[in-house]
Amino acid sequence: MSVAKRPPLPVILLANDLLDGEVVFWTGKQWSPEPIEALIAHNETGASGLEAEAAKALAANRVVDAYLVDVSLDASGGAVPRHYREKIKTEGPSVRRDLGKQAGLFNIARNGN
Amino acid sequence: MYRYDEFDARFVRERVAQFRDQVARRLDGALNEDEFKPLRLKNGVYLQLHAYMLRIAIPYGTLSSRQLRQLALIGEKYDRGYGHFTTRTNMQFNWPRLRDVPAILDLLADVEMHCIQTSGNCIRNVTADHFAGVAADEIEDPRPTAELIRQWSSLHPEFDYLPRKFKIAVTGSAQDRAVIKAHDIGLRILRNAKGEIGYEVMVGGGLGRTPMIAKTIRSFLPKDELLAYLESVLRVYNLEGRRDNKYKARVKILVHEIGAETFSRLVEEEYARLDGPSIVADPEEVARIAAYFASPHYEKLPARSAAFEKGKAKNRAFATWAAVNLFAHKIPGYAAATISLKAIGEAPGDVTCAQMRVLADLAQQYSFDELRITHAQNVVLPHVEQDDLLAIWQTLVEAGLATANAGLITDIIACPGLDYCSLATARSIPIAQALAHRFADQKRQLDIGELNVKISGCINACGHHHVGHIGILGLEKSGKESYQITLGGDATLNAAIGENLGPGLAAQDVPDAIERIVDVYLAHRQNGESFIESVRRLGLEPFKAVIQEKLHAPA
Repeated sequence: MSVAKRPPLPVILLANDLLDGEVVFWTGKQWSPEPIEALIAHNETGASGLEAEAAKALAANRVVDAYLVDVSLDASGGAVPRHYREKIKTEGPSVRRDLGKQAGLFNIARNGN
Repeated sequence: MYRYDEFDARFVRERVAQFRDQVARRLDGALNEDEFKPLRLKNGVYLQLHAYMLRIAIPYGTLSSRQLRQLALIGEKYDRGYGHFTTRTNMQFNWPRLRDVPAILDLLADVEMHCIQTSGNCIRNVTADHFAGVAADEIEDPRPTAELIRQWSSLHPEFDYLPRKFKIAVTGSAQDRAVIKAHDIGLRILRNAKGEIGYEVMVGGGLGRTPMIAKTIRSFLPKDELLAYLESVLRVYNLEGRRDNKYKARVKILVHEIGAETFSRLVEEEYARLDGPSIVADPEEVARIAAYFASPHYEKLPARSAAFEKGKAKNRAFATWAAVNLFAHKIPGYAAATISLKAIGEAPGDVTCAQMRVLADLAQQYSFDELRITHAQNVVLPHVEQDDLLAIWQTLVEAGLATANAGLITDIIACPGLDYCSLATARSIPIAQALAHRFADQKRQLDIGELNVKISGCINACGHHHVGHIGILGLEKSGKESYQITLGGDATLNAAIGENLGPGLAAQDVPDAIERIVDVYLAHRQNGESFIESVRRLGLEPFKAVIQEKLHAPA
C-alpha cells in the first residue's frame, strides 16, 4: 500500500489500526485514536517525517491505509481536516452522533492493544 | 428453507478455520496488506472509513428466525447494536474488529450462514424475487435455482478470479422484483409453447459508472441445461473480459463492445464444446434442493378475513398500513407483509438488534419461521394469515417498524454513503432523511403514489440511482458535496436508465428540487398516471427547468 500524493500543509498522519480498524493518528511517539493528539507538520521536513512514519508503521503491520491529511487549525490550535471526507473520518458518522470518536466510543484500547 | 447437509456444513467450517489462520498470519506479519486484502474480501471483510465492515450473505434474501436472532446476537456482542440491509439483500455490520471476525464467522456457521463471496472478483450472493413462493403470477419459485447456482458457484475453481465481480439475479414471476436487467446475468423463469419450464437468459446488465440494461442472449434455455450454459457464459467472460482496466472489466462492457449477438454466438460455441452432462446438476440433487422450498402447510382459510376487515374499519392507521404494505398472497386468507425499514428520519435499511428480535419472533409466530430481505432494504413476512395482521401490526408499532410507505416516495433506497463508506464521494443517508421529513405527510405520500427514489453516494451506484424513478447521485464538486438528479429510471422488466436533469445541486437544495419535480408531475398527470408513466409521456423538459431554477435562485 502506498502513501498518497502529499497534500498542502499543514498536515497530520492518520491510518486505521490493523487489528481493530479504528482511525488512529500519529502523535510523534505513538498511534492514538484521539484526533486532538495528532502531530501537526507545518513544513515539508515535518511532512516528510510523517511519510516516513507511515511507511514504517505499514511495514511493521501496525496500521493500514496510512496517509497525510491537510488540516486547518481551530482556535485552540487543534487540527481539523479541511476536506469533509476526512472530517467525517475523524469524527464518526454524521447521521449517528452517538457513535464513533465524536461520542467517545473507540474500537480500540486507549493505549494500544 | 434450504438446510445445510454435512458437506455444506464442513465446507463452511473449513473456510472459517482457513480465514482464522489467514488473520493470524496477517497479524504476525507473514502476510502483508496487499496479500491479505483479496483474502479478507473473499470473506466479506472490508476496511471502511471508521472501521472494518463485515458483509454477510443472505442467499436470495431468505432468513429464518434463528438466523436473524443470531445476527442480533452478533450485532450486540461484536458490533454497535445494529446492522444494515443492503440492496444486494446482504447484512452489513459497520464496526467489527478484525480480531473478532473469525469468532463471528463461527457464530454464523452455527446457523448455516457465511460471508463467502460477498466481495471480490467472483460470483457474488445470488438474489431473487422477495415474493418468491408468494406471488400469484409466479411460474416457479426462483430460489431452488438461486440455491443451485450458489452451490455451483461457491469456490468454483475456474471462476474464483474473474476479471471483476459477477452478480446473478433470478425471478420466477411475470413481474420483475429482483432488478434482473441490472445484473451481469438475469434469469427469468418462463414456459415455452410446449408448457416446459426454462429460463430467459439476459447478460450484461449493471449499474456503476457505465450503466447498461441486460440483453437477452437465449430466449429459452431448458431448465436442466442451466449450469452448463452458465458455465459457458462465465467461461467466455473469463477468457474475453478485459483485465487491463478495472473500469472496463465487467461483462457488460464485453457485451457492449462485441455486441450481444457476437457474445451469444461465442457462448453457444463454447456450450457446444462443453461436456454438458458432466456439469449440469444431478436431477436427484436438484430435487433435493427444490424440496427444501416446498410450500409451507397453509391452513384452508376463507379469502376474506372478518377479523382483518373489522380491524381496518376500526383503526385508520392499520387500514393505511394494510393498504400500502401488504402484497396479495397466492393462498386465500394469507398475505405477505412488507415491514418498512424506512421510518421517517432513520437510515434506510438500518435495523437495531432489538428490532431484529421482534422480527424474528413475528416470523416464528406468524410466518412459518421465515423472513425475506428485499433489494429495497425492507423486510417481508411472506406468509401471514390475514386474521393475524392486526396483532402483527400492533407489535410493529411498538418496535417502530410500522411505517406505511412501501413503494411510496419515502421508501427510499440509499447506500451507506460517506457516513461509512471509504469509496463514497458524498453522503447519502442525510439526503434520504431530509427527503423523508419533507414528504412525511401520509396523505400527501398516498396522493403522489408509487415513486421510487434511489440515492447513491458515488458512481458505483450501490443505491441503484440509475434505475430510480428519481435517482440522486452524490459527487464531489470543488471540495463540496454535490447531487445530480436523474429522472425516468425503471427497475422492472421495462428497465431504463434515468437521464440526468442537469448540473449537481448542493445538499440543502435537493429536497426543494425533488418537491418541485413532484409538483410538475402532480400538475401534469392524467387519468391516474403514476409518476413514471407521466415522465415517460412528458419527457425530461418540463422537469429540467426545476434544476435551472434551483441553480439560479438567490442564495
